[in-house]
Amino acid sequence: MLGKLDWSAIPFDQPIPLVAGAVVLVAILGVLGWVVVKGHLPYLWHEWITSVDHKRIGVMYILLASVMLLRGGSDAIMMRIQQAVAYQSQGYLPPEHYNQIFSAHGTIMIFFVAMPFVIGLMNLVVPLQLGVRDVAFPTLNSVGFWLTATGALLVNVSLVVGEFARTGWLAFPPLSELSYSPGVGVDYYAWSLQISGVGTLVAGINLVTTVLKLRTKGMNYLRMPMFCWTTLASNLLIVAAFPILTATLAMLLLDRYLGFHFFTNEAGGNVMMFMNLIWAWGHPEVYILVLPAFGIFSEVVSTFSGKALFGYRSMVLATMAICVISFMVWLHHFFTMGAGPDVNAIFGIASMIIAIPTGVKIYNWLFTMYGGRIRFATPMLWSVGFMVTFIIGGLTGVLVAVPPADFMLHNSMFLVAHFHNVIIGGVLFGAFAGFEYWFPKAFGFRLDERWGKAAFWFTFTGFYVTFMPLYIAGMLGMTRRMQHYDVAAWRPWMIIAAFGMAVLTIGVICQIMQLVVSIRNREALRDRTGDPWDGRTLEWATSSPPPVFNFAFNPDVRGEDAYWDMKVHARQQAFAHEEPEYQDIEMPRNSPTGFVCAFFATIMGFALIWHIWWMVILGGLGAFATFVVFAWRDHDEYVIPAAEVARIDRVNLEERRSLVSMAGAV
Amino acid sequence: MNLLDPQGPVAAANRTILVDSVFIMLVIVVPTIFAILAFAFWFRASNPKARYQPEFVYSGRVEMVVWSIPALTVILLGGVAWIGSHQLDPAAPVPGTGSPVRIQAVSLDWKWLFIYPDQRIATVNTLTVPAGAELNFQLTSSSVMNTFFIPQLGSMIYTMNGMVTKLNLRADNEGKLQGLSAHFSGDGFPDMMFDVNVISPLAFPDWVTNTAKTDAVLNEDSYRKLMQQGIEKGRPVYRLDDPRLFDLIATQHIPPGPGPELASEAGRSHSGGHDAR
Repeated sequence: MLGKLDWSAIPFDQPIPLVAGAVVLVAILGVLGWVVVKGHLPYLWHEWITSVDHKRIGVMYILLASVMLLRGGSDAIMMRIQQAVAYQSQGYLPPEHYNQIFSAHGTIMIFFVAMPFVIGLMNLVVPLQLGVRDVAFPTLNSVGFWLTATGALLVNVSLVVGEFARTGWLAFPPLSELSYSPGVGVDYYAWSLQISGVGTLVAGINLVTTVLKLRTKGMNYLRMPMFCWTTLASNLLIVAAFPILTATLAMLLLDRYLGFHFFTNEAGGNVMMFMNLIWAWGHPEVYILVLPAFGIFSEVVSTFSGKALFGYRSMVLATMAICVISFMVWLHHFFTMGAGPDVNAIFGIASMIIAIPTGVKIYNWLFTMYGGRIRFATPMLWSVGFMVTFIIGGLTGVLVAVPPADFMLHNSMFLVAHFHNVIIGGVLFGAFAGFEYWFPKAFGFRLDERWGKAAFWFTFTGFYVTFMPLYIAGMLGMTRRMQHYDVAAWRPWMIIAAFGMAVLTIGVICQIMQLVVSIRNREALRDRTGDPWDGRTLEWATSSPPPVFNFAFNPDVRGEDAYWDMKVHARQQAFAHEEPEYQDIEMPRNSPTGFVCAFFATIMGFALIWHIWWMVILGGLGAFATFVVFAWRDHDEYVIPAAEVARIDRVNLEERRSLVSMAGAV
Repeated sequence: MNLLDPQGPVAAANRTILVDSVFIMLVIVVPTIFAILAFAFWFRASNPKARYQPEFVYSGRVEMVVWSIPALTVILLGGVAWIGSHQLDPAAPVPGTGSPVRIQAVSLDWKWLFIYPDQRIATVNTLTVPAGAELNFQLTSSSVMNTFFIPQLGSMIYTMNGMVTKLNLRADNEGKLQGLSAHFSGDGFPDMMFDVNVISPLAFPDWVTNTAKTDAVLNEDSYRKLMQQGIEKGRPVYRLDDPRLFDLIATQHIPPGPGPELASEAGRSHSGGHDAR
């Protein structure tokens, strides 16, 4: 009846996951109970859960990422403590538990923190920057989000029901094959990623289409803000790379469920093929994450320097070069697998070539600051912090692209330090910069600067204290994923890293405090102008938060930095005070399709993991039926009457005029 | 296990390339970091002496320079990578004194088996080699992937079931080193560290003779017992019964290791079942 599922799936003998699971469950039930009792459920359902508004979906993506950051961060804390204490002892985590933790940490941080964070920011901002009312496929957008949430949910269910993979975040066979991992851990891993992978793919298709097909008047490609360019590049990579991941995991699942032999030791399976395929996705994946971050830094550096981005065309070229070359370097992840010197050298050099456009980007940000008038608001701090940190990560990255150096450093703690250096220093700093920068746009009030700066300094310092020791440990021969060790020379560095982790944790607490303090002081921090940072791009041309239709009129773009242009012109000519002629606006209707679809996908995923076949069929049919019902619906749009548009827009214009005239007076 | 303290020519050459590459990049990286901090500080809004130049958004010369600097660095490093990859190809022999020693290393769950086919002996978790001799490694795995790595001797290489990879090293100084697996392989992975005894070439034949006196015999049967999942705290040695044993493993005539044994199919099937300890 319930497949492999029975009471032994609940780890009653392991207090850590059980207590953690219970706390999370109580928290979820508490929030749900509060929502129901306070009568917020209809609001949540109508305004958020079923919303197809790109801004709301973007916010939900970021919320998901933030919650999962806490989960992945808890894993990180446990790992750093384990390695600090497990010298000549077993530490406090047995291998079967420790191995789950580092696997879950990697999986969660990449798929359910970094990905939703950058996709959330792109969702929130790109249509606004392009001067349009929504993304190309609003309902699909909602489906993509909810499927990502399904994946995250399944990973967390594994904490208390069964186990998670104990194979590392890429589940290399043959270790991940049935013979060496007979439990459900790898199945949790693979099905979570299959389901959320579909979500990511539709998000990618949606954003590519949006950038290519939905731009406001005059917004030709070479007038798009840099963030739109990096979004385009990143999502092209998603569309090209994620099917590889899906196919690879599908083959692994066929091996595990139906006795196929794609990657088994026996019957002609080939583990090196998995290595090739997973990295053919995995390497573009890191650029999928970091390109949007590059876009964010471009916007932030330019805005806070009070200058247009230096070398805009050069930046576009660099972005697209990274997009293309990132697909040609995957082999550098296994130089040590026995490839010949020609192959290793060619892929090593190809990997270094990516450093050229990346270096160009650094220099262009540098020259954007040159001759600027730099305001060090929190987003700018994250950006300067990024530039310094990312260069160090770039140096170590190019170093491991040199095959003979990689022969010593492959899989070492040096490598661990390197990729945290670029992912924390690049992606996470970028996500935080974007979060601070666009928060006022999303919610209508700024974030508290003092807590924001404290969060930056603790995170920045904590990062160095945590990861510089790992570089040294790697130079001392320490490899990754050690549940315990007997080498005395590694010990001090592990202790320092654990201490750094504590500093990083304080950074996260500051980040949470910032949010709490800002929400409490939101009236004082209110952004009435829609343009709190003296921005340059179109998202600042509308109110904060923007009306559901974003712009009463699709703006007419005459150059780069469209909104800056408009402000300059408005100041020169004063405002023409004639009332524009408002028109009805059609917007997509909200739809529960995404939520219902994900509900059935969750059931199906859970049933597949536990081999509950009747439930698999039920979930599959449910999801298909949801799609059919959606496809058959007749009314997919509603009309906002011109009078309503006018009412909303007049308020916005009024605020804006006062701002411009004040600025003019100064 | 310090990578900067090499005990053989491969590790020394790897280290040289590693250190040189870092210095080549530091020449670019240090001034750039300095410039970032300097520009950020000087052009702060509160500095009245800094000249605001909002129109400075394009300069052909600057573009030329910023594309050239990383490009030239990469050309230089690319040369290092090309030459280094060829000179330090792990499959290429490393000449030494005396006759080369052939060693066949098999990664088991979770221990290392070192077979000396010419000496007709085998050891577990201890690798004994003569200083100065050319060491030819053939590597394979009994089950999952591992990576064979002795940090102070240099390059690491994967071990994979059904495949043979090659690695050539040389140890120059007598002494004790440590090796490890550098690819995660399951619950017993951290216990896959092994001792490397580099002894004098004169003592090596004696060591072989003494080792061969053991009663324990390595043949297909005892190998099948050895490849069961588990951690080996001791340092067993064997007389090698069949010098073709490695080939039998690598060609899968001896099937791959079984993985964890399940206590019962229905029972704790969700977990790994078998506890390594």
